[in-house]
Amino acid sequence: MSRADDRITSAHGAGGRATARLIDEVFRPRLASTHLDAGADGVWLGDRAVSADAFVVTPWNFPGGALGSLAVHGSVNDLAVVGARARHLTATFVLEEGIAIDALAEQVEAMGDAARRCGVEVVAADTKVVERGHGDGLFVSVTAIGDPISAWRPDHTAISAGDAIVVSGPVADHGVAVMVARGDLSLSVDVRSDSAPVVEQVEALLADVPTVRVLRDPTRGGLATVVNELVVRQGLGAVVREAAVPIRASVRATCELLGLDPLYVACEGRFVAVVAAAQAAAAVAAIDRISGGGAAVIGDVTAGDVVELETHLGGRRRLDVLVGDPLPRIC
Amino acid sequence: MKFLDEYRDADTGRAVLAEIARVAARLPSVKIMEVCGGHTHALHRFGVLDLLPANVEMVHGPGCPVCVVPMGRIDDAIDLAARDGVTMCCYGDLLRVPGNRRNLLDARAAGADVRIVYSPLDALAIAVAEPDREVVFLGIGFETTAPATALTVLEAQRQDVANFSVLCDHVLIVPGLRAILSSPDVRLDGFLGPGHVSTVIGCAPFQFVADEYELPLVVSGFEPLDLLEGLLMVLRQIAEGRHEVENQYRRIVPDDGNPVAMRTIASVFELRDHFEWRGLGTLAHSALAIREDLARFDAERRFDLPGVRIADPRACQCGEVLKGVLRPWECKVFGTACTPETPIGTCMVSSEGACAAAFTYGGKRREVAVRTS
Repeated sequence: MSRADDRITSAHGAGGRATARLIDEVFRPRLASTHLDAGADGVWLGDRAVSADAFVVTPWNFPGGALGSLAVHGSVNDLAVVGARARHLTATFVLEEGIAIDALAEQVEAMGDAARRCGVEVVAADTKVVERGHGDGLFVSVTAIGDPISAWRPDHTAISAGDAIVVSGPVADHGVAVMVARGDLSLSVDVRSDSAPVVEQVEALLADVPTVRVLRDPTRGGLATVVNELVVRQGLGAVVREAAVPIRASVRATCELLGLDPLYVACEGRFVAVVAAAQAAAAVAAIDRISGGGAAVIGDVTAGDVVELETHLGGRRRLDVLVGDPLPRIC
Repeated sequence: MKFLDEYRDADTGRAVLAEIARVAARLPSVKIMEVCGGHTHALHRFGVLDLLPANVEMVHGPGCPVCVVPMGRIDDAIDLAARDGVTMCCYGDLLRVPGNRRNLLDARAAGADVRIVYSPLDALAIAVAEPDREVVFLGIGFETTAPATALTVLEAQRQDVANFSVLCDHVLIVPGLRAILSSPDVRLDGFLGPGHVSTVIGCAPFQFVADEYELPLVVSGFEPLDLLEGLLMVLRQIAEGRHEVENQYRRIVPDDGNPVAMRTIASVFELRDHFEWRGLGTLAHSALAIREDLARFDAERRFDLPGVRIADPRACQCGEVLKGVLRPWECKVFGTACTPETPIGTCMVSSEGACAAAFTYGGKRREVAVRTS
């Protein structure tokens, strides 16, 4: 029987199992790099860290952000979670024939503003124009280069059963804000993207909490996928307590309406930290000192090899990685 | 969240669970079928299954509309979607349902214009906005979604939209339920009746379950406390030797349903003589087609479709799972050849399908726990 794997489908872009398999089967063996094999958001080359990320979002402007600023924040955050402060960016703009120059300028403006606020400089850039119909308006591809925040480096092997899992703020804001902004749902809810740099929060956390094992930003695939990726590769499991996961009421309501699970919806201004249980409260306090509040201990690393959700009701069930692109349900 | 948190309160939930345990302690092992796919999903998602007494087993029923669509009908939709000038609009979870060789997601990747809509009216709006395209809405679902499809056809008629039609795969819940009850290998002790369907058809159509099969049926909602209360009502009936149709979901479901919606269905659809259900075979008077006088909105009449009947894959045991004879993980291909990413059977496709729910939420864990307890 033939499979969806013959061609790229939206599932390959959703950040779940299909994405992982695409990278494992098509990219890693052909590009042969030990750095790629580590599968991290950013990579250390001596005392400099590098990351690569591409940004595609419709619409370009959404409550709380824009494609241009998202490209900066996403790149800054990819480096922050490996312990680096971004200093320089390169940006490639793939432009589809026919887009309005004013609208493009607005996105470049958003990128410039965000870069200045984050203290990074766009040092090299390129543009390519593709024929009408050969691109979805505007794609931005960014490489970020950064310096160490401290001597800290992520260490997946340090993750142990009993460690606490902390999330830096409410989840799923970005994904829901973009979905609502697309306008095809005719919903009027006040949800803003969380698109923002997390580097100051990471710096405060690393300064206060010596037992930070790893950090990850829960973008594609959301919180559930990231927790799985952090622990399962180490042969460990986790229990996430549903009641402890911070989710805004408006986001939760919108997800209920659309049949989406907020634990699988993307964030663009949050990170997940695994720390020693004894320092979980200190980790929350350090993050909240910068962000103004919202961080929470959401669960524990366990010795098992599955991630489970302890529901509000007290029952437990598996919390798997995202499978395919989240599809709205019929009823 | 107003109207939601009230039905998820953990303290109340624990109190109802304690009562369920008390009633169940007086019963032998019982099998309760949740008719609706939404119930299956919610029982897993809220962790309810993990908290039930060991002698209460929940069995998934036929009420996942995506799960009962046969492969040949999906192939018809793919064939139509791939044609020049055709835009196929459908609900999101239909995209991954496998046809004989590929699904609508593959067709879209290969260039077909397949779009997700949340309402058939969105598809009609596309037809109005893009008059050069033939816009087809793939109508599936039980009586829950049929009124929306019907209203859209009436609206298309009112606006005299010439490029809109419906490929109708709407099915009816009662024939599906009857097929399961009359299957010789099925042994059930009661039902959680479908909540959404009943908002349209009411509770009366389920009376045959109590009268002919002498089994209790409680129409229930989808929040944790709805499910627990509905289950408690079923267990109490069993314990007291009653078999009645009861309505737990009164805040949404009027006993006589929604007469306006029923009239709308009747004004647009007629009964098909027979229709194939995935896993259950061909069932008489079990599905809807667009009425003769609205033929111009009927994609089956408007286009020449292959209409090839494709046998279910031999390895797939969806039929047994749909009847509750097999638990999802007892199917030969569950979790190996058949996963939510590469489903062989439709029960693995929708998050409401029994197999997808069991795979995603780890249904087997409870099975192991029950065996060892």
